[in-house]
Amino acid sequence: MITAERKPMEELIECLRPYHRILLVGCNECVTVCSAGGRKEVGILSSALQMAFMKEGKTLDVKEITLERQCDPEYVEELVTHIDQAEAVMSMACGCGVQEIAGRFKSKPVFPALNTTFMGASERQGVWVERCQGCGECVLALTGGICPIARCAKQLLNGPCGGSTNGKCEVDPDIDCAWQLIWDRLKALGLEDRYEDNIAAKDWRTGRGGGPRKIIREDLVK
Amino acid sequence: MENFEPVIVAFCCHYCAYTAADMAGSKRLCYPPNVKIIKVPCSGKVDAIHIMKALEMGADGVYVAGCLDGDCHFKNGNIGAAKRVAYIKKLLDEIGIGGERVEMVLMSAGMGERFAQTATEITEKIRKLGPNPVKSVNEAKTAA
Ligand code: SF4
Ligand code: SF4
Repeated sequence: MITAERKPMEELIECLRPYHRILLVGCNECVTVCSAGGRKEVGILSSALQMAFMKEGKTLDVKEITLERQCDPEYVEELVTHIDQAEAVMSMACGCGVQEIAGRFKSKPVFPALNTTFMGASERQGVWVERCQGCGECVLALTGGICPIARCAKQLLNGPCGGSTNGKCEVDPDIDCAWQLIWDRLKALGLEDRYEDNIAAKDWRTGRGGGPRKIIREDLVK
Repeated sequence: MENFEPVIVAFCCHYCAYTAADMAGSKRLCYPPNVKIIKVPCSGKVDAIHIMKALEMGADGVYVAGCLDGDCHFKNGNIGAAKRVAYIKKLLDEIGIGGERVEMVLMSAGMGERFAQTATEITEKIRKLGPNPVKSVNEAKTAA
């Protein structure tokens, strides 16, 4: 999932200071699962914003809406009936959702309520960890299912580096060394030989190195 | 301010604090009428939004009363509730309402005295803090 965290309240209050009526839009997908921008978080933020304004002797009228998916135009269209009544929009989706709204309603200021952070998985309840950087050319088949791009601080394709100590990464003793994990896993799979093969230099153009990316599925395009 | 009578919402777990309130009643113990009790099946049922809404609607203080450590009828509802209260305290500090308006307290069903004492202490603390700052806008809205 895409993970995110709410921005500090001070920043959000500052963005909304000039307005009296806003739409606060959540998303039912990733940000609901990571408890950052689902229906529940929309309710809490709405309440916090209104109280912050009331404390200053002002009022903020907040219309709360949580869309099925904010990154799909079909769902963003549902805002059409509410947008005119609002002076501004605050989105609790990831950056993709914020931009969908900004692209669809060109004359409305749109503010992100969240800092979109990474693509990750839940390690346990309340803890999310980075797992993939969308490099566009997955090497997990070579690395025992552990990603050296997202999980090694240096993105080494042939690790570990000299800083790997007792299974931990040199940048932070709380981070597992990805290459230790890779080695342990290859060993468990009886694939130690694979470790001897050098992984060829990566073509980063499939990742962010080639600029913004696009996927076109001819069989689906209308 | 002199005549300020705080409104306090107490979310009380059915298995402990609510029964303790009952016990306080049967023992004829006095506690301030400022405390409005809402019975919940477990303190773990109290969500962040319930606390926020109570304050947004003008409560001056809110507390969640759950079972003693290790005694929750649903194993760990009280622990979850305490974490949520801590989260809301931080959020209230961030928006300048003040986290000290919200508390988590623990007691058992037999602690009628503790119930009355907690209600008194929290009422006094909130009385000292003064009215919830959102109140005046709320009242102006209702009057309009
Ligand atoms: S190798 Fe690339 S695509 Fe595969 S998990 Fe790592 S970052 Fe993601
Ligand atoms: S210690 Fe391990 S994870 Fe950290 S940079 Fe070196 S190889 Fe990568």
